[in-house]
Amino acid sequence: MNRQQVTATINGEHKEFLCEPRQSLLEVLRDELFLTGTKEGCNDGNCGSCNVILDGTLVNACCIFGVEASGGHITTIEGLSKGNELHPLQQTFLEGTGMQCGFCTPGFLIAASALLDENTEPTEEEIRHWLVGNLCRCTGYDKIVKAVQDAALILRERAL
Amino acid sequence: MRNFDYKLPTSLNELTDMLSHGGHTARLLAGGTDLVVAMRGGRMTPEVVIDTKHVEELNELSFNDHTMILGASVTCRKVCRNPQIVKHFPALIDCATLIGGTQIQNRATLGGNLCNAAPSADTIPALIVLKAQANICGPHGSRQVPVEIFCTGPGQTILERNEILVSFSIPLPREHEGAFFIRFIPRNDMDIAIANAAASIVIDSSGETIIEGRVAIGAVAPTPLYVSDVEPVLSGRPIADDVIAQAADIARQAARPITDMRGTVDQRKHLTEVLVRRALNGAVNRARGND
Repeated sequence: MNRQQVTATINGEHKEFLCEPRQSLLEVLRDELFLTGTKEGCNDGNCGSCNVILDGTLVNACCIFGVEASGGHITTIEGLSKGNELHPLQQTFLEGTGMQCGFCTPGFLIAASALLDENTEPTEEEIRHWLVGNLCRCTGYDKIVKAVQDAALILRERAL
Repeated sequence: MRNFDYKLPTSLNELTDMLSHGGHTARLLAGGTDLVVAMRGGRMTPEVVIDTKHVEELNELSFNDHTMILGASVTCRKVCRNPQIVKHFPALIDCATLIGGTQIQNRATLGGNLCNAAPSADTIPALIVLKAQANICGPHGSRQVPVEIFCTGPGQTILERNEILVSFSIPLPREHEGAFFIRFIPRNDMDIAIANAAASIVIDSSGETIIEGRVAIGAVAPTPLYVSDVEPVLSGRPIADDVIAQAADIARQAARPITDMRGTVDQRKHLTEVLVRRALNGAVNRARGND
C-alpha cells in the first residue's frame, strides 16, 4: 500500500508527513516525527502511556491510525512546557516526586493537563476517576494525585 | 499489522458505496477502540477500512418532540456532556461513563459498542430498556429494528452484507418514567463486566403502582438479553420488595451464563438477581423524581 501524505498541527507547528494507513498515531509520532516523549506501553488502550491531546480531547495514540489525525491539532508531552518554563504539572510532579521510573509520566502529565484544562478545581475523586486509564506500576498513585492537586492550586492562583 | 486501504467518506452515499466496493473484509472505523486492537492482534484483517467520523448522519445528535436521534459514531464523551441526555436519559450516562477510562470514552461510540456485539457490552442493556431502535441503511434501502434483536451471537449482528448502523432512535421518557444501569466488576474501573443489568420503569402518578417495566441483562448469555418475561410480572403491580424480587428471580432464570476467567455460572446467576433488583430500585427512584 502507498504511504499517504498527512498534514497536522503538532505542538503548534505545521507538520507534513508520510505514513502507511496501518501505522498508529503513536508509531507516527515516535518513528516518523521522532517525538519519542510519548511512550508505548501496552499498545492496546489500557495503560495511557501514549496519551496525547487530539483536537482538545485526551486520546490513546496507540488506538488511532496516523491517517485519522489528518488536519488535526495534536499536543504531545514535548508541547506541554513553554520553552524552558515547565507546565505547573511538570513542576509539581518533580517537586512532589510524582514518579519513580518515569515511563508512565508523560502520559500522566498529558492526561492531567487535559483535566485541568476543563476543571481547575477537581476533587481527589475526580482526579482519580479521570486517571483510571493511566497505569503506574512503581509508585502507587497518591503522589501523582497530590501533584495534580498542587498544580491545580498553582493554576487557580495564577488566574486570580 | 497487515496494511489496508483507508477511506474517508464525507456522505452516507459515499460510505455505502465504498462499503459495497470494499470486499467482504471491509470494516467500518468509528472510535477504533475495538477495531484497532483487533487488527493489531490479527483477529481482523480488513483490506479496506472506512472511517465513519466525517459522515453527518452518523454524527447526528438531535431531539424532536418525542424522540432522540443518536448517531452511531457519537462518542461516549459527547453523550455524557449533552445536558439533554443527562436530563432525559441518565441510564445512558450510567453506562457511557464507565466504559474504559477517559481516553476510551473520548473515542468509543455507542454504535461501535452495539456493532462489536460483545455479550458484556455495557451500553446495550440500557439501549434495550430505553426501547432504542437501530436505524440501518443498506443497498436495499433502510430498515429499523429494536436493539434487543440486533445482536445474534458474540461478535455477530443482524446486519447483512453492506448494511450499516446509522443511528439510534430513542423515545423520550414519559412522565414518571425512570431507567438505571448497573454492572459488577471486581475493580473500581477499567474492567469488563462479570454481569450487568438495566431496567426502566413507568409508574402512575400516585408513585405506588408500576405501569410498565423492562429489564435487560448482559455478560450472562451469548448476547445482551432482553428479559421479556419480567414485563407481565411488573405491569399493574405495586412497587414492593416482593414484586421486584420476583422480577429479579425471573431474570436470574433467564440468564444463561458460562464459566470463564471472570466468573462462574453460579456467581453470574447470583449477580444477575442482585443487579436486576438494584437496577429496578434505581429506576423506581428516578421515576419518582429522586436522584
